[in-house]
Amino acid sequence: MSIAAPLDPSLMAAESAFRAEQRRKALRRRIMPVIGIGSFLLLWAGLVYGLKVPPFVAPSPFAVAATLWAKAPMLFENLVPTMIEAFSGFMLGNLSAILIATAFVYKKSLEEAFFPVIVIINTIPVVAKAPILVLLLGNGMEPKIAIAALICFFPTLVNMVRGLQSVNPQAMELMRVLSASQREIFFKLRLPNSLPYLFSALKIAASTAVIGAIVGEWIGSTVGIGALIIQATYAFDSALLYATVIVGSCFSVAFFLLITLIERLTLRRHGPAAQ
Amino acid sequence: MTTASALSGIAASRGDTTWPAIACDDVTVRFISESRVVTALEKVSFAVAPGGFLSLLGPSGCGKSTLLRVVADLIQPSSGMMRVFGGTPEEARTARALGFVFQDAALLPWRNAIDNVSLPLEVGGGVKLGPNDPKPVDLLRLVGLSGWEKSYPHELSGGMRQRVAIARALLGGPKLLLMDEPFGALDEITRDRLNEELRRIWMETGTTILFVTHSVYEAAYLGEQVLVLSPNPGRVVECVDIDLPRDRDLSVRDTSHFVQLAAHLRGMLGRMHA
Repeated sequence: MSIAAPLDPSLMAAESAFRAEQRRKALRRRIMPVIGIGSFLLLWAGLVYGLKVPPFVAPSPFAVAATLWAKAPMLFENLVPTMIEAFSGFMLGNLSAILIATAFVYKKSLEEAFFPVIVIINTIPVVAKAPILVLLLGNGMEPKIAIAALICFFPTLVNMVRGLQSVNPQAMELMRVLSASQREIFFKLRLPNSLPYLFSALKIAASTAVIGAIVGEWIGSTVGIGALIIQATYAFDSALLYATVIVGSCFSVAFFLLITLIERLTLRRHGPAAQ
Repeated sequence: MTTASALSGIAASRGDTTWPAIACDDVTVRFISESRVVTALEKVSFAVAPGGFLSLLGPSGCGKSTLLRVVADLIQPSSGMMRVFGGTPEEARTARALGFVFQDAALLPWRNAIDNVSLPLEVGGGVKLGPNDPKPVDLLRLVGLSGWEKSYPHELSGGMRQRVAIARALLGGPKLLLMDEPFGALDEITRDRLNEELRRIWMETGTTILFVTHSVYEAAYLGEQVLVLSPNPGRVVECVDIDLPRDRDLSVRDTSHFVQLAAHLRGMLGRMHA
């Protein structure tokens, strides 16, 4: 479906004006966030210098930038374990949520028995789950992965159950008229139908998995973004603390963008309503 | 023309003509809900000859969609006997003798037009297409959607989506096409055009059609017979023969005979609400 080139000069003028307007809007969409972040940094620097805030309370943005630069290798060294924990937890939590959601959809009694248990576990705050899991799983990466997994699990489970169930009833009848097997109904109808729901949960999970891994590292850990946050706080090294937080956030944003990209590629066909 | 030769496949696969396409004998359907028992259909009897075109006409709540679902083996009758080509509806369903077109096109949004039409090849053991059977691409041409094969449902208009659904239902040359108010959600102009095309497809393929509608004009224009049902519970009021020329176009609706038939049907519907 291509638009035929207009021959009328007034139409062409109108079209080029429209195009210019579109370009201006696209440019503005890019520039406005830069202006926003820039003015935020200026305000931060102004407050720190203007109120003469001591460096152990809050650093200036320049001190943070200098630390980011100087301690980049050390920051990266600590980011790696956090990345591994967040990613493993993300995979483990979401995969089990998808499998359990499938079991719930096919065995209603399972959902009735275990959904309340899951809700109760979900009400325990992360900071309270962390020590329990450290006691259970020791001091390695395992408790951090478990926390990241637990934090991803609930939103994905709820969304996945909805996605698998909210199938167009007429499409379901169609499958029955075609004598489709349960397996075919699952793979050709329920699973593709659930993908938009799954991805909205995965986008939430991408950022919460990082939070889970960091909170896990607060307790009895020597490496990782979470451990570095605790160390920098006790050392009153505010510049390092801020730099660590920025590195953690950047990873979180990158993870989120990666999932958004995969979503775009996967749901291209689902139409505009799905995204 | 390729379409015509492709269609002979459907006509040839129509098969045994000794049984009525549908023989419905005293079929009653009751739904039991928590508070009460709803009788959707009560002692409904009718028959459709192979190659026939029967419109089911009635107000909402008369059980016409339920009746269609009994034929399609989606609902079991509480009592009475439903026969489809001499066998049970289940046998007809598993033999892929049925095509179903829903009110909502019920296309899978993640599949393009051609892949939606091909769905019956992939599930339930799959339809086996013979060398002479029309391929999905032929059926899309039959419903006037050549060039739209790669389009996704959200890129198609409501009328086009319904055309895709009809092409899908025709795949494998079903002996019986069940249509549940397929044009109910379309505008009048699109609906008229699709009515004309459905008559043409029916004449070309020779398939039997059972068509549910609540439009008097649609029922009379399309059907060779119109079965009028009354609501609460669904009962047969009358089976009206539509003795219009077989090769008719929309202008037939302006003839005095059509107007009389429509008035007769409308009169029956009017008395139901009295």
